[in-house]
Amino acid sequence: MRSSMANFAKPSLPRFSVDVYQNEYLPEGGSEVNAIVTVTATGGGTIGSAVSAPVYTAGHRPSAAVAVMVDCSGSMDYPPTKMRNARDATAAAIDTLRDGTHFAVIGGTHVAKEVYPGGGRLAVADATTREQAKQALRRLSAGGGTAIGTWLRLADRLLSAADVTIRHGILLTDGRNEHESPDDLRAALDACAGRFTCDARGVGTDWEVKEVTGIASALLGTADIVADPAGLAADFTRMMETAMGKEVADVALRVWTPVGTAIRFVKQVAPSMEDLTARRAEAGPRAGDYPTGSWGDESRDYHLCVTVPPAGLGREMLAARVSLVMPEPGGGAGSVQNLGAQGLVRAVWTDDMVASTSISPQVAHYTGQAELAQAIQQGLDLRKAGDFDGATAKLGRAVQLASASGNADTAKLLAKVVDVVDAATGTVRLKTRVAEADEMTLETRSTKTVRVKK
Amino acid sequence: MSQMPQQAALPKCPSCAEPVESGDLFCGACGQDLSVVPAPPQDHPTLAMTGPAAPEDGVDWPAPEPAASGTPEGVHLPTDLPGTDSGDTPLPGHRPGSEQSAGSGVRFDRAPEPDEYPLQAPDPRLAAGAAAPAEPAQVCVACRAGRVDKDGYCENCGHAQPRERDHVEREAGPVAAVSDRGLRHHRNEDAFAVGHTALPDGSPVAMAIVCDGVSSATRPDDASLAASRVAGDTLLAALPRGTHPQQAMHEAIVAAAQAVNALAEEPATAREHAPHQNAPACTIVGAVVTSGLLVVGWVGDSRAYWVPTDRGAPSARLTEDDSWAAQMVAAGLMSEAEAYADERAHAITGWLGADAYELEPHTASFKPDRPGAVVVCTDGLWNYAETAEEMSEIVPPDAVARPLHSARVLVGHALDGGGHDNVTVAVLPFPAPSQGAGSA
Repeated sequence: MRSSMANFAKPSLPRFSVDVYQNEYLPEGGSEVNAIVTVTATGGGTIGSAVSAPVYTAGHRPSAAVAVMVDCSGSMDYPPTKMRNARDATAAAIDTLRDGTHFAVIGGTHVAKEVYPGGGRLAVADATTREQAKQALRRLSAGGGTAIGTWLRLADRLLSAADVTIRHGILLTDGRNEHESPDDLRAALDACAGRFTCDARGVGTDWEVKEVTGIASALLGTADIVADPAGLAADFTRMMETAMGKEVADVALRVWTPVGTAIRFVKQVAPSMEDLTARRAEAGPRAGDYPTGSWGDESRDYHLCVTVPPAGLGREMLAARVSLVMPEPGGGAGSVQNLGAQGLVRAVWTDDMVASTSISPQVAHYTGQAELAQAIQQGLDLRKAGDFDGATAKLGRAVQLASASGNADTAKLLAKVVDVVDAATGTVRLKTRVAEADEMTLETRSTKTVRVKK
Repeated sequence: MSQMPQQAALPKCPSCAEPVESGDLFCGACGQDLSVVPAPPQDHPTLAMTGPAAPEDGVDWPAPEPAASGTPEGVHLPTDLPGTDSGDTPLPGHRPGSEQSAGSGVRFDRAPEPDEYPLQAPDPRLAAGAAAPAEPAQVCVACRAGRVDKDGYCENCGHAQPRERDHVEREAGPVAAVSDRGLRHHRNEDAFAVGHTALPDGSPVAMAIVCDGVSSATRPDDASLAASRVAGDTLLAALPRGTHPQQAMHEAIVAAAQAVNALAEEPATAREHAPHQNAPACTIVGAVVTSGLLVVGWVGDSRAYWVPTDRGAPSARLTEDDSWAAQMVAAGLMSEAEAYADERAHAITGWLGADAYELEPHTASFKPDRPGAVVVCTDGLWNYAETAEEMSEIVPPDAVARPLHSARVLVGHALDGGGHDNVTVAVLPFPAPSQGAGSA
């Protein structure tokens, strides 16, 4: 059920391990192979993210550069507390920077402006630059439109100037991306993808959920809502702590499959759903790389589904080999370093029906979590479109799935949008009045998953 | 394996399991030469590749006792079943039914098939004996295009390559054994041990142990390997010390059971991904032959048969299965036909492993009055030759002189019949022949 392999790549790199959970037994003629691949990175000096003050060993930490993009559009002054809270949150994030980290603050409207340090440079964090940066924040004022693509392109220019391991952005918006076309944003995201990672936050309730989640998805970061501006400082501090905990960047999941095999999908399924299938970059014969961004001490799960040519009873084949690669430090374009750990996804044809009909608990769990995310999205879309029967059915199914899988956070969010009559059967009624913040929170967090109960 | 009905066996390539047409000389998929048994990997460190060296000559076989000499007092004829266990009490199969604990612990390890398997003459193709040299390990046997990676899979088509346990042959003095994956299972969960030594009086003694991993348990291949090794080592250590062979067999089974129990505490190997996790388990059957004594011991449904060289004399099955059907019959609750027609027939009621209810090693001792061969085997063979008479028909007439050849012929019989299960056969000559000039 489980195989594990791990290797130290280099003493300074975290140790990656790959575990494969699957039922490899197929009936005669069976061709679809599913597996959950758990990738865990440990070591490298960080301690758990639950601890608020990470301990960093001087000289051991990877170099990092961070750009904070703060929405300064006119709406940030309505109410005025929004701009003030954004300023305070950025200051808190700057306080969380460890010494030696390169950083910049960008003020975003329909154009992007360097707030600190300016001159197309990055500052290097120490007591002096932190204080200077906070002084500069006081000059931030609201006024203008919103063109997020321009913010991202400036962040990319600044971050790429630094010779560092980790490049990360934090983006805050309160409104819709109204002053450029969706294509402009798409083009900016395509240009930045793989160059830096970025967390995106929407403050208040006047922003577009799909824009914010789309930015985080493209740039392999997290997305969330901060409905109450007062919560911004704590959220920014957490995001920066996580960024400071990253140890390696540009890690890709390399999937090798034998000849005649088709990859149906590759999804990250924990901590959140992210379909990576279309983001494959070919990597030699029958192998492709799927981007996973930067890693600290953390564990993520991936669902791999492949179809293989059926073989005879008693035959066994390797359906996929999963490994991890990152760009070779100092290497040329395309040269990668294998991080050592690998997992084998197998197919074994058997006439033992008990074996071939059982479903791996991990595969079943994440298949359910994927359906949960989809049911929430569809339910909310139908509700917006006025199809209340359809919305009730989808959200009822979501309640049922969240309840059965123990996804308590999502269950709580659902309960703010529907009245749950019976969670086990998915019987719900749409609430007549739903706070906009609650609906947006549910939509933004619909892709959050829980891991399988061990 | 489980209790599912199966399709009629199509002839398949023993190497890649591709269906083959009758009359094909080579497999169309992998090119395997179908006129020979699957070749063992060339680099197997423990294999004795002694195909052409069948001990037909160079061994002094003791002359059979003249039949006219009659049966000396106290001799136990093999046909005088039941034998006795190590406590001199009757064998369990012949105890009153009330002592049977039917249903106390039942494992399903295989399908109820075969319904009928026509007996076939020993395959003359096998008489060639010499195994074909294995292909260079670098090229995939399935697609013939890819190289084989260090995990044993083809880098092109992904197919698993033959493993060293897929086909194993070994010869030790007068005893030989062959084990094969069969044609339907993805790995060989059978294992065996063969060996020979001398008793304190210098007379020869040979032994064979055969184990069949319980497929519904986790890591059945590890269980059978551990059990056969430990049981074999125990016998080879105890017999030269003068331990009575029947007592030695009892101790060997107990030691094997402990070895299998110990596996339950170990982590699974990297290749193990069983859908149901439970304690590893296997059957065991063993035989010891000396110059005058034949001892068998077993737990589960692997069997030992006595096949006298003089086929005019009756052959016999020496073991009683620990199986649901055998218990039903022994308890008088069902006729043999009824019991074996039941879907639970092949569920075993005794095994080695941490979740066995109670270990009950059966041993029996015989004093055959004439030379013959002892066939020790898993159900992968006896499914295709169930009765003693059927077995005696497929054992080559020169089994005593050519045990390795005979084991190959018997394995070939199971493969020709469909090879639905792993098949393992050990052949021991009785009486144990002295080891020529080299023996004490």
